Parts: sequence; structure tokens; C-alpha cells
Amino acid sequence: MKPEVFDIEDADIAWCPGCGNFSILSNLKIVLAELEIDPLELVLVSGIGQAGKFPHFLKSHTYNSLHGRALSPATAIKAVNKNLKVIVTTGDGDMYGEGGNHFMHTIRRNPNITCIVHDNMVYGLTKGQASPTTLQGMKTSYQTEGVSEEPFNPLAVAIALDASFVARTFSGDPEHMKKTFKSAINHKGYSLVDVFQPCVTFNKINTYQWFKENTYHLEDSHDPFNKNEAFKRATEKDKYPLGIFYKNNDKKTFEETLKVYTDNELPLYKRQVDMPKLVDLIESRRRL
Amino acid sequence: MFQEDVSIVICGEAGQGIQTVESILIQAVKFGGYHVCSSKEYMSRVRGGENSTEIRVSSKRICAYVNRIDILIAISKGAIDHLKERISNKTIIIGDEETLKHVENENIIKIPFLKIARDIGGPIYANVIAAGAISKILNIDKEIFDECLTSMFARKGKKILNGDLKAGDEGYKVGENILKSDKIKVQIVKDTKIKDELLLDGTEVVGMGCIAGGCRFLACYPMTPSSALQVFIAKYSEEFNIIFEQSEDEISAINMGIGAFYAGARALIATSGSGFALMEEGVGLARINETPIVIYLGQRPGPAVGLPTRTSQEDLDLALYGHGETPKIIFAPGKLEDAFYLSQKAFNIADKYQIPVFILSDQYFADIYYNIPSINLENVKIENHIIKTDENYKRYELTADGISSRGIPGFGDGVVVVDPHEHDEKGHITEDQNLRTKMVEKRLKKLEGIKKDSIPPELIGFSDYNILIIGWGSTYGVIKEALDNLNREDVAFLYFKQVYPLHDSTKKYLDKADKTIIFENNAESQFANLIKLQTDFKIDKNILKYNGRPFSVEEITKSLKNFMEVG
Ligand SMILES: Cc1ncc(C[n+]2csc(CCOP(=O)(O)OP(=O)(O)O)c2C)c(N)n1
Repeated sequence: MKPEVFDIEDADIAWCPGCGNFSILSNLKIVLAELEIDPLELVLVSGIGQAGKFPHFLKSHTYNSLHGRALSPATAIKAVNKNLKVIVTTGDGDMYGEGGNHFMHTIRRNPNITCIVHDNMVYGLTKGQASPTTLQGMKTSYQTEGVSEEPFNPLAVAIALDASFVARTFSGDPEHMKKTFKSAINHKGYSLVDVFQPCVTFNKINTYQWFKENTYHLEDSHDPFNKNEAFKRATEKDKYPLGIFYKNNDKKTFEETLKVYTDNELPLYKRQVDMPKLVDLIESRRRL
Repeated sequence: MFQEDVSIVICGEAGQGIQTVESILIQAVKFGGYHVCSSKEYMSRVRGGENSTEIRVSSKRICAYVNRIDILIAISKGAIDHLKERISNKTIIIGDEETLKHVENENIIKIPFLKIARDIGGPIYANVIAAGAISKILNIDKEIFDECLTSMFARKGKKILNGDLKAGDEGYKVGENILKSDKIKVQIVKDTKIKDELLLDGTEVVGMGCIAGGCRFLACYPMTPSSALQVFIAKYSEEFNIIFEQSEDEISAINMGIGAFYAGARALIATSGSGFALMEEGVGLARINETPIVIYLGQRPGPAVGLPTRTSQEDLDLALYGHGETPKIIFAPGKLEDAFYLSQKAFNIADKYQIPVFILSDQYFADIYYNIPSINLENVKIENHIIKTDENYKRYELTADGISSRGIPGFGDGVVVVDPHEHDEKGHITEDQNLRTKMVEKRLKKLEGIKKDSIPPELIGFSDYNILIIGWGSTYGVIKEALDNLNREDVAFLYFKQVYPLHDSTKKYLDKADKTIIFENNAESQFANLIKLQTDFKIDKNILKYNGRPFSVEEITKSLKNFMEVG
């Protein structure tokens, strides 16, 4: 399969020249093609923001949802039709700020979906306010004295919640990014990929250069099944490790817990109401 | 002596088992051959306080709350004080002699319920003894009462069941002694056909309607008075292929629901005031991305937490208004049959027009039980509104009636792109001003079809009326009974089960009347305002109640008499 199958002819791309989103887009297309995922079996779900526009630039079924809410429809879409491949692609503000509650509880629920967070450490679309992952000290039009809060650490939170797959990559490192996306999409269960992505317009601190200098690859010897070690690595701040931090292959997916699939694999839209059974239920109210 | 109708109220603290007595008695009454209707009021607490249930036993079909208490079973000390405004010098009070030791009232019949219960095995049997006494007073066959006990307690094991059957025996003896004392006499005509009727409450009928409507998904967050529907769907989810999920909050619930509908599973949302307020953005999403959704809104007095377990019709405006301009439909069933058909229809019509459809209920209607002859499933059909897409599929294709055929992912050769921004026909973001105009008009265009499909109000009473009573939703039963009691040829009742958009016939009905009066369980007369807005008709008199309690038949009757005399 060729990555071009995912091209949208007249897509009016709203990203700034040099934005890290471009590389995420082109490399995700390559990965999807390599994995032979049919656009007709793929649903991209996003929230709102510059990253949230992503599905409009990649040909597939698209559910562009509200700010912060992508995980809820993504969970439901997968739940009602297991045959669909569901990928969430959205921003750090969207996922960790407005959608923080869903972030935590979707990890607990463990649907078999992949969640790609374009982490540019800033609110892009609304023009440069701090996001939950903005580093301390960065000045913005809102945080005029610099951000005072400790940044949100999505990987550590995800590992603490025993997310079934937790990784970080960098949009300036295409080979690493593709490898990570591939593992995440192939993983059974909820997979989180936080993608470091420079915002060339609103984040003058965390630039391509900065990410290059402040990241490194986790060693091949890192054991992703060791939760304590994974947590420790996720809290490193001098330099930020990239790679698959944590995996838990023993968890049941949300869909596997659903009784509708106990002895029926059909997606729900193909099922009929059992009218005789409903008549029985109603009629039972004539009796004791 | 009660010849037509007796109103029995059981009152006690939360945790004292009133619900058990209610469950046993309503069944015993129905199987005894009487019409039955029960309604309840309760506090938002798990222990203590005072809760009460009214059980009406009648020779006529009834579905309404009366203020009057003929017989009060006072299970707690505080019961009499709690209900003092409803107790008259004709109310007969039956209670335990220890519990009511210090309560003096010439109409009290004190019975050693607790003492008898302890002899059987413990105070828990006291309620069943009281229920047995009532059953005997109502002249219900002992075998019927025993069957009711058996169906209720068999699953708790032989020992408990035997204790309860024994308690029933003792209760019947107590009842017999009360009858001998001549203080109460009940001679209500029985009709054995009633035995075979359905006994249902306002919640489960909605639930059954939703199942009949093809509901496949419910994500929800607990909140009274909608939790009961959530429990119902949870209970039957496996049997009827429904995914049930308790979500982390209401925001997630509605977003899951819309996602499920998008992917082909008809979804239900069940919530109440504050919970719905959290969902409002989600409703906006469904409206612009044109995904169907059915929302059950169990109203309670607000704003914010308000009175959690009480009743109101305050959320019509909340359901009606919202961000942006696109159509919606709002149903408000007031009788059980309507609750079934409207809930069923809600899914078809939401799917047809790709809009949110509301089922407005409230605590009073959610909790009311009564017997009805049947629910007819013959005309119940699931209309399919999903198409198989082709390669050139456009989710928001501009059409004459505003409806663009709805495809779902995984069915056909096209991609299904839905979007919360303004979008082009393919579903991609646009800021083109001309396209914006077209899309707004496309969505509003659907209103024409929706109006044609809307359900007319139901006229009850004489068609040649001068005076017209107006009501919507749960006030149906009380208004209907008050109207029957009045028995006047110049009065009719116009009952609205679809409150938005109004059917075209509405104006004709209103114009025909010389005088109009509306009853609403709110302070701002939201429905009268809506009628004015939609038909430019101003209703003469608004009778409003907003203390968290339902209207009683007596209140309505009194207001009507007053209105007819004084205006
Ligand atoms: C409920 C709601 N609140 C606020 C907004 C405005 N808003 C849109 S995107 C956004 C932040 C986006 O930041 P991020 O998720 O980091 O995405 P980026 O634009 O940086 O890719 C905000 C606050 C909105 N659309 N909806």
C-alpha cells in the first residue's frame, strides 16, 4: 500500500511552515500504509486545536470532536464496531488540560485504541498560552511573569495508572517516530504516544534544536515491562528519554469486557432488536 | 366506608423498608382485582428522614396523586408530623403501639406490630404484618397475598420466606380485628380482569420503549431521578445487546453516546439538570455534526443541586435553548403508554433527522406505578436511516429537505467525515461565508419535515368546549382526573406530549376556547411562554407549583372551580 492513499487532494492545511505536525502527518501515512490499514477501516478522532485538525489532512473516516473530548467518542466507536482501527490525534492542551479527566479514565478503561498527542508544550491555535506541559518559567501573553506550575507529566501519570502502552517520540526524528507509531498501533489495548513537536510560532524555547539537545533514546536494554523502572525513567527531566517506556500485555481491553461480544462478533449496527424477547419482558409485568 | 377509591399512605424513615411494603401491596391490590396507582416522595438521604408512598386502590382506572390520605400506615414516629398537612379528621392512622406511644389522636389505631414481629423472629417482619393487615382490610384473598410474599422473598431463602408468610398470617389477623372494630370498611368493586393487566412504572416503560427503539448504547453518570432508567438499562443490557458504561462524568457520557451513534449504534443519554448542563456542549456537537442522539432528561428542581429527589418541570427551557441554531425535538410523556411509544419513536425520529431528541420526564412520573391493559407492539418498527456509502460520499450533501443521507464508518466505500466546525459538504472545515449560510439553512430546513412529523396535542373531554385546560408531560394524570370529577360539558383538557416543535393544530385548539388555564410544575410558566412564542397565543391563567411536589387532583380541581367562578 502506498502512503498516498491517505492523501486528501485539496486539503487546505492550516499549519505554519516548519510546524512539527507536518512530519507527524507524513510519517503516520507511511506507517499506516506499511501496516496495510485500509482508510475505510480507519477512524481518526481528534479534539480542537492545530493538532486537532489533523484528520482533515489524512483520508480516513473522521470524527473531529470537541475540545478535550476525543477519547470518549473514540472509546465508543471502537466499542460498537471492533473491526475499526481507531486512532486519536490531538494536542497537549486538548488531551492533558481540557480532556484531563478523560485521559485518566480512558487509561483505566483500556480500549484498544492509539492516542497520539502532539505535544508542543503550548496552546497553538489560541495563540501561545501555557499548556499543561509548558516548562516552568516560560513567559506568554497570559503568564506574563512566566509559568509557575510544575509541568504535567503525562507519561508518569499514564504509567502510574498502569496504561497498557506508554511511549514518547520526537517529530524531528522520523525513524524513531515511525517505529514508535507502529508498535503503538499494533499494541492491543490503549497506547499513548506523546510526540515532542516544536511550535515554530509560539514556543521559542522548545525548538527543534532544544529537543535535539534535550532528548535521547532509551537504551535497548530498557525493560518496558518493569513498571518501577519505567516510572523512574518517565520522571527524568535533565534530558528527556524517547522510546517505549512501559507496556502491560496482560490487561483486558475494554471491548473484551463487553458482554455484547460474549457470543456474537457482529458490530452493533448489524444487530436487530429481539422483539419476541421484548414482548416477554413486557408481558412479565402481568405476572408476579 | 370506601366504595370507589381509597388512598393509603405508608410513611417511615429511609431504610425502614417502605419500598418493600409498596412492592408487595401494589401487586396484591392488582391481583386482588382493583385498579392501583402508587406514587412516592422521598428525601435525599440513605437513613432517617421521612419518606412516603401513596397507594390508591380504586374501582376506576387511575393514574394520579391525591392529597387526601384515607389510611395512613405510620411506620416511624415522625410520620404523622411529616404528613400533617395531608391528614384530616377523617384519616385513619394505623401504627405500632410502641413507636406511637406518645402520639395522641382519636383516629389512631395502635397495633403491637413490633411485639408480634419479635415473636416471629425480629422487628424486620413488622412491615409485612402491616401490609397483611391492609391486604385483609382491602378484602384481598389470603392466597394472593401469600403469592406476592413468595415472589418477593423466595430468593432470600426458606427461613426468611417462612417468617414473612407467618408475618402475613399475623397481619391478616390484625386486619380482621380492625374490620371487626368497624372503624374501616372497604367495599370497592373488583374486576378480576385487572389481574392480567400490566403493572409498570414511568421509568421502566421508557426503558422498554428505548429497547424497542433499538437502543444499543448507554453511557451515563448517576443522578436522580434519571438513575432509575440507567439501572433498568444496565439490568437488561446483556439480554438486549446494549453496551452500558458508567462514564467518568456527563461530558464523557454524551460524547460517547454521539460517537456510538456515529458508528451505527443507537445511543441513549440519561441525565438530570446539572448533569445535562455539563452535556450542553455535547448537544451542540450533535447538532452541528448532525449525529442523532436521544436524551432522557429526568427533571428535578434546580438550579444546581436544588432538591435532588423532588419533582419539577423546570428544564424545558434548558432542553430547548442552547448554543447555535439548529432544530431539536422535545417529547414529554404524561402517561405510561405514551412513554413507551415516544421513547421508541425518539430513536427513529432522531435517526431520520439526525438531531437530538429529548424525552422529558421528572421524579413524579419516573416513580409512578399503575396498571394498564397492554402495550401494543404491532406498529413498532425500527426504521433504518443508515445508507451504504459510495466512493463519492459526502456526509453533508446539500439537499432539498436538509437531510443528507447518513453513512457510518465501515459500511460502504466512502469515508464518513464529521466535524464540529462549520464544514463543507464533505465534512471538512470551512470559513466560506456563503457555504456557512447554506449550511445553517440546510440544518434549519429540517424543521419543516420535523413539524410535519410532530405529534398533535390530545384533546380530552368535550370537543365543544369553552374552557380549555392546558398541561404537558407528567401533569396528565392529575388534570385528567380533576376534569373527570368536574364532569362539565364546557371544559376540555389539551394534553401536550410533544412540547417542541408544536403541532400546527395547536393554535386551532387554543383559539376555540373562551378561557384558557395552564398548570405547570415550575415558577416561570415555561410552556405557556413557549406557546406564546410559537403561536402568539396568550393563556389567561397560569397555575404554577414549584415547591418540589407534584400537583394533586384536589389542587387542580380547586383551581379549576375557582377559575370557572372567578376567572
Ligand atoms: C470548550 C472550549 N474551550 C476553549 C476552546 C478554545 N481552544 C481551542 S484549541 C485550544 C488549545 C489548543 O491547544 P493544544 O491542544 O495544545 O493544541 P495546538 O493548537 O497547540 O495543537 C483552545 C483553548 C475551545 N475550542 N473549546
